[in-house]
Amino acid sequence: MDTSINKDVITRPEDSLGRVITSTINATSVRTAGRIRRSYRQIRTENVFRKTLIIVSLCMVVLILGILFTLIVQAFPSIKALGAGYLWGKTWDPVQDVYGALPFLLGTLLTSFLGLLISLPFSFAVAIFLGEYYPKGWLPNLLKNAVELIAAVPSVIYGFWGLAVLIPMVQSLETKMGVPPVGYGIFSSALVLSIMVIPYSASLGRSMITMVPSSLKEAAYSLGATRWEVIRSVIIPYTKSGLFAGVLLSLGRALGETMAVTMVIGNTTQMPHSIFDTGNTMASVIANELGEADKRVYNAALIELGLVLFFVTVIINVIGKKVIGKFS
Amino acid sequence: MKLIKNLALAAIAVAITGSMTLTSCGSGAGSKSDSASAAGGEDNTILGAGSTFDNPLFSKMFSEYNKTNGLKINYQSIGSGGGIKALTDKTVDFGASDAPLSDDQAKALGGAAVHIPVTAGAVVLSYNLPGVKDTLMLTPEVLANIFMGNIKKWNDPKIAAINKGVKLPATDIVVAHRTDGSGTTNIFTTYLTKVSKDWETKVGKGSSVNWPVGLGGKGNEGVAGSIKQTPGAIGYIELAYAIQNNMAFAKIQNKGGNFITPSIASVTAAANIDIPADAKVSLTNTEAADGYPISGFSWVIIYQEQKYNNRSADRAKKMLTLVQWMIHDGQQYGAPLNYAPLSAKAVSVGDALLKTVTYDGKPVLQ
Repeated sequence: MDTSINKDVITRPEDSLGRVITSTINATSVRTAGRIRRSYRQIRTENVFRKTLIIVSLCMVVLILGILFTLIVQAFPSIKALGAGYLWGKTWDPVQDVYGALPFLLGTLLTSFLGLLISLPFSFAVAIFLGEYYPKGWLPNLLKNAVELIAAVPSVIYGFWGLAVLIPMVQSLETKMGVPPVGYGIFSSALVLSIMVIPYSASLGRSMITMVPSSLKEAAYSLGATRWEVIRSVIIPYTKSGLFAGVLLSLGRALGETMAVTMVIGNTTQMPHSIFDTGNTMASVIANELGEADKRVYNAALIELGLVLFFVTVIINVIGKKVIGKFS
Repeated sequence: MKLIKNLALAAIAVAITGSMTLTSCGSGAGSKSDSASAAGGEDNTILGAGSTFDNPLFSKMFSEYNKTNGLKINYQSIGSGGGIKALTDKTVDFGASDAPLSDDQAKALGGAAVHIPVTAGAVVLSYNLPGVKDTLMLTPEVLANIFMGNIKKWNDPKIAAINKGVKLPATDIVVAHRTDGSGTTNIFTTYLTKVSKDWETKVGKGSSVNWPVGLGGKGNEGVAGSIKQTPGAIGYIELAYAIQNNMAFAKIQNKGGNFITPSIASVTAAANIDIPADAKVSLTNTEAADGYPISGFSWVIIYQEQKYNNRSADRAKKMLTLVQWMIHDGQQYGAPLNYAPLSAKAVSVGDALLKTVTYDGKPVLQ
């Protein structure tokens, strides 16, 4: 590259330009060449950096496609043996080699959405309180850190807490309601999940709300709006795509949660009939049974559960992206 | 533009090779074994994997053996099924399992294997009945009906008929079972399959089954937790775990008609039966008059022909001497940890089996 520049500089005097000009060019050519060389080095660095970025981000795509590919290949014996009936089969019987994923699919969706629903009032309240009412000060700081700490606690601790504290409470609630006081079940799992997912929507919601331009809010106030009216008609509409993105993050967390759920859901393979029934989720079935799945189709059926979970997450994310797109 | 095209090509190439390596890691048991035998190449370390039930006993045995013989034994307690998989992949010298190899597993192994019984354990029925002080007694028929969901209340006449004089509450029975695949489940369901036709046709036996009723808990601690927290619960756990955690457990009627309290002695007694030459026998529903009926052996499983994957004769000999020590001197460490020592008959069958193990066609132990 460098030689071509030099040649370029040298060849230029032989053009139709006059001798006088040529001499001045000759005098400055050394300096120009240096500048050009340096800028070429800069361009090269830029190119290398850009290439690295592209390669590293392509790695992510390769990784996710690789995981999908592995899941499909490993689940193939089960896909071949059970076909599409796998998705709506209600029996999961490793002894007879009959596998149906419907009870677990239902369990995953029920616990996740119910947990999300319970968490929403709390996470929005935290987001609005920290984002709008008290953005600064020691108490909001403490609250902010506490909420973020909820995300940092290992899930097995939530499972243990659910087992030791929540289940006896749910048992006494169930006794009052007249349902069998088992305690374990979809309702308990949803409660545990609702606590675990609060930080995701609360944190994102808080930062969205603090980013609302103050000119907008001040304009509303100057028109005589109350605080509640500002929140309802300025802040919420302005941040709704961000708030929804937080909700989506929470849902993703709830769908994949394994340990805490498996400790409180009761792990039964029957179809749940009410939210107080015991059930099971796809993630916890995989975690529980993969270690001792010695039959080929059994093993593949468990991996196919992983594949179904993968697609459920993808579908929910795609729908979520559509909704966010519509909002903004 | 050309640069982007090149990058795209490179990315596709990376994608293809990437996914190929991923799949070969997942399914390629055959290719893995070559490198794995190199990993086990250090001749003073014996590798084993399998049963979690055996783990506390094995830890004690191996540390004692290491003190006297200097041999290191690396045992990974990943579950019986996992141990068999590892043995099939030839990544370990021995596997340990609470269930004998199934026909499919034996076929996958690609060579004859021997089962050496190393210890015996029992599965006990633990329950939570506040206010009931006496030890509950159960017959096989009642037990099967409880786990089938046919008997729903504790004061059911069938339970009351066995437990005369015990004031049984009218609470609902909540069945608790293991949800993770486990040898404990295998022993318990094998027993129920033997004693109940109904169970055999509707549920069957295995490390995971389709439970008609009940709560699933993960591990012994999960089931024990469900039992402790739910009044009216009944579930099965390992004897050692129940003793260590002071849990109430029922007496079970055995084949001879006696109600037997599960204990180390009654489990050893259960194993004092005629054991077939290959030692692949289930102790459940034992013929022994004073034996506890829900007992089972735990086996060390090894290849009968030890010359595979460039293993040295020395390595094979070291491992066999270790197993021989485990079924003789090693047995003394069982009882303090609540494992039932092997019966005399089981030891003699184990000895005979060890002598059939060969290296390059010649017996290893004389």
